[in-house]
Amino acid sequence: MTMEHPVVPVKTYILVYLALLFLLVLTLAIAYIEMAGLNTILAIFVASLKAFLVILYFMHVRYSTILTRVFIISGFLWMAILVGFTLTDYFTRGGLFINP
Amino acid sequence: MSDSHPTPVNPEKQARFEFELNILGMWLFLVTEIMLFGGLFAAYIVYRYLYPEGFIDASHHLDVVLGTVNTVILLTSSLTVALAVNSVQRGKQKGLVIFLMATIILGSAFLGIKGLEYLHKIEEGLFPGGIFVYPAPFTQQARLFFSLYFTMTGLHAIHMVLGILAMVVLLIMAARKKFTSHRYDLIELTALYWHFVDIVWIFIFPLMYLIDRT
Repeated sequence: MTMEHPVVPVKTYILVYLALLFLLVLTLAIAYIEMAGLNTILAIFVASLKAFLVILYFMHVRYSTILTRVFIISGFLWMAILVGFTLTDYFTRGGLFINP
Repeated sequence: MSDSHPTPVNPEKQARFEFELNILGMWLFLVTEIMLFGGLFAAYIVYRYLYPEGFIDASHHLDVVLGTVNTVILLTSSLTVALAVNSVQRGKQKGLVIFLMATIILGSAFLGIKGLEYLHKIEEGLFPGGIFVYPAPFTQQARLFFSLYFTMTGLHAIHMVLGILAMVVLLIMAARKKFTSHRYDLIELTALYWHFVDIVWIFIFPLMYLIDRT
């Protein structure tokens, strides 16, 4: 199960870096161009894509053990539960919070 | 209970095992960090959902140019720290020192710009601690936005300071040639921490600076 930790070529790092810069430009474009109310969702999606690239290549999770991946996935899963369950409450009981 | 035939230890295998174990331990710590920032992001999402107009209005007081520059700086520092790991893996001591120094400089530049932004905001009366000056009708909602802004970016900045201090220690150790291509666990673990702090900023930037700029 323990894989050999290979030396990631410099070229891979540079390519990931360029991809991150491209996604940053995309993030800015999304903010300034009207996207039928989907701007925030798209911004979060692009940010997640950037985080995914950083985790996979810069943080070497592509080459990590399965147990390490289980830890990482559960971390994000617990956070999704935290945000998800909180939001279901606000979405369904919004009537309690009427803006003055 | 004593074993009369102790298993011979293969030092290389042992080192690799310890390395993977250290990585796992570091990720366990980072998962607790995900929950720390996760709580703040959850608070942000709830209040932005409740007060969308106020959040858009307040967000437009942030400087997109400085925020973008800082994002580029942080992404670049992630690259340099990855290259520091790459250098030590190849046994290049000089490269390790250079890339650690580059990371420290970039991290400090980020904090410098962040400090400048804070100073402007405080001068404009946008720091919710003391006298908060903001035009009606969004005064209270903007106060909430800036509370979240200072808390989240502040906590992020504290993480940057700790990361830079760790890098300085690594730099001193690297200059004394304490790392080899077989033993560089501390470099890898600090790099993991640094990348994590980068990821937090990747989410803070669009959520704070780029709300509805159309």
